[in-house]
Amino acid sequence: MVTFLLKRLGLMILTLWILSVIVFLAGQVLPGDPGRAILGPFAAQNAVHALDDQLGVNRPLLTRYLSWVGGVVHGNLGISYTFRSPVEPFVRAALINSLKLAVLAFVIVVPLGIIGGVVAALYTGRWVDRVISVTGLSLSTVPEFVSGIVLIVVFGVALKLLPVTASAGAGASDLSQFRHLLLPAIPLVFVLFGYIARMARAGTIEALNSDYTRTAILKGLPRATVIRRHVLRNSLLPTITVIATQTGYLIGGLVVVEDLFNYQGIGSLIYKAAQDKDFPMLEAGILVIGVVYVLATLVADLLLIALNPRLRAGSASD
Amino acid sequence: MTDIAADPLEPSGTTLGPGSAEAVAAAARATPAQWRLLLRKPTFGVGAAIILFWVVCAIFGHQIAPYNPLAQQLLSANVGPSGAHWFGTDPLGRDVLSRVIVGARDILIITPLATILGTVLGTALGLAMGYVGGAFDLVAGRIVEAVLALPSFIIAFLFLVAVGPSTGSLIVVIGFVFTPLIARTVRAAVLTERHLDYLSAARLLGESPARVMFREILPNVLPAILVEFTVRLGYAVFTVATLSFLGFGVQPPTPDWGADIAADYIGLVSGYWWQTLFPALAIASLVIAVNLITDSIEQVLAA
Repeated sequence: MVTFLLKRLGLMILTLWILSVIVFLAGQVLPGDPGRAILGPFAAQNAVHALDDQLGVNRPLLTRYLSWVGGVVHGNLGISYTFRSPVEPFVRAALINSLKLAVLAFVIVVPLGIIGGVVAALYTGRWVDRVISVTGLSLSTVPEFVSGIVLIVVFGVALKLLPVTASAGAGASDLSQFRHLLLPAIPLVFVLFGYIARMARAGTIEALNSDYTRTAILKGLPRATVIRRHVLRNSLLPTITVIATQTGYLIGGLVVVEDLFNYQGIGSLIYKAAQDKDFPMLEAGILVIGVVYVLATLVADLLLIALNPRLRAGSASD
Repeated sequence: MTDIAADPLEPSGTTLGPGSAEAVAAAARATPAQWRLLLRKPTFGVGAAIILFWVVCAIFGHQIAPYNPLAQQLLSANVGPSGAHWFGTDPLGRDVLSRVIVGARDILIITPLATILGTVLGTALGLAMGYVGGAFDLVAGRIVEAVLALPSFIIAFLFLVAVGPSTGSLIVVIGFVFTPLIARTVRAAVLTERHLDYLSAARLLGESPARVMFREILPNVLPAILVEFTVRLGYAVFTVATLSFLGFGVQPPTPDWGADIAADYIGLVSGYWWQTLFPALAIASLVIAVNLITDSIEQVLAA
């Protein structure tokens, strides 16, 4: 278990380093002259040079990278070109908003996906299985902007059941916030449902076909007991890993959903920063998303160890 | 505990594709009889027919379309579906049916090219990692694994902003994002081949490593690569549609499903549903068609 943890931590550090190099290259080297970007196309050349010197972008790449990483480690994420102020407060507020939306989507989709997958597996090949599998596959293939637009039209415009903007406004009650977030969460639920149900179904079928399940049935245990005690305990482990890796898709979906529903989250933050060519804001947003994603993967690994006796028992033989 | 930690690159619960790992494993055992069975599957037929329809639209779009997709008729703007305009008109009075037909072109160029680029690069890298092994596999393998731990859509997004949106940059960026995913699958497939007799024979005959990799191993892992290719193709359609909705694809006024939805969906509030619904159905039909094909290949191989 210790080796497993150390390997995971080592990999996480490597991932974070690659993330920093990617963000540095794409955010600071590829786009060219930041002085020109800040001052605009009509500024005098010597003013641009002066600002570039002040920002330190004429230094060698390695020096620039090291001083940038040093700043990031100390929480200095840069100064926004658009707002002329540190990006950190914007990113922090956006991240909290996005987490609310993401958590709501997960709270809805995880039980739904697991129940759907287990039911499909228990009725493998019959119509219930086909309906759940085909629905899951179809829903997960429709991009969020398509399902989001359909939901806005049906529930927001035609039926007027739910608000079509995600922000409830300052000082809104929890219930009102929940009502505003419900519609934006559904496109994310649609995309994730298919994957989670599919993993839960595959895991359950594997457990159903195993020797220990056959033994349990043959020794005369009731079907419900076999399923609860022998099948589900083994089948749901792989599903946990999938749920963690799906955060990556969720983040991609957030860009679209937050833009559609006019929500001030991390997805709409990087999208607006991209449109304004506000690279410090864009870099900070993408760094934060990457770090959250890497942490989610680590949490999934820890959960897997905690829930899988075989991994825990392995620590004795290490 | 070694089963998880020993080889983290092995496709496991962490694979991104829906069930791609089992499908790829099954593909290695494919027989000609199974491929014939595939052609008779109705789901495969429906998927192939839809894709063929859109390919025809992409190639002959301007000849098939009833109107010029760029021609504006401001006096007949926002008109609902009618005999003259089956899918209605957009806010500039352009024919929505013609824009949907011609709009197939870019997504049908970008998606396969990006997937092919990722598959070629990923196959080369995966073959080298699996066959050369040793320190190279250790270093390249860890880097591939570390890159796979990043949210790929966001990385693609960042690079598209940095290099500027165009058809070419979409193909290159999506191709590069797919490369480590495909490399991992190919590496796993190569590892199951590496110790088989025909490879020892080829080495004893004095064949060069490149020849062994591309002439001996590649043909044997090709079915696995094909399945991985169709799985990635589905993701590519999804990603390209989303990126063009966000404005990183084809630029207006050229017709494009995602970009047209982005331009016109505000009209939904006024009840102009046809401007959004028909391009949306076009996207959904293409994604579902690709997935029907992937699904029927998986079913045939699992049977």
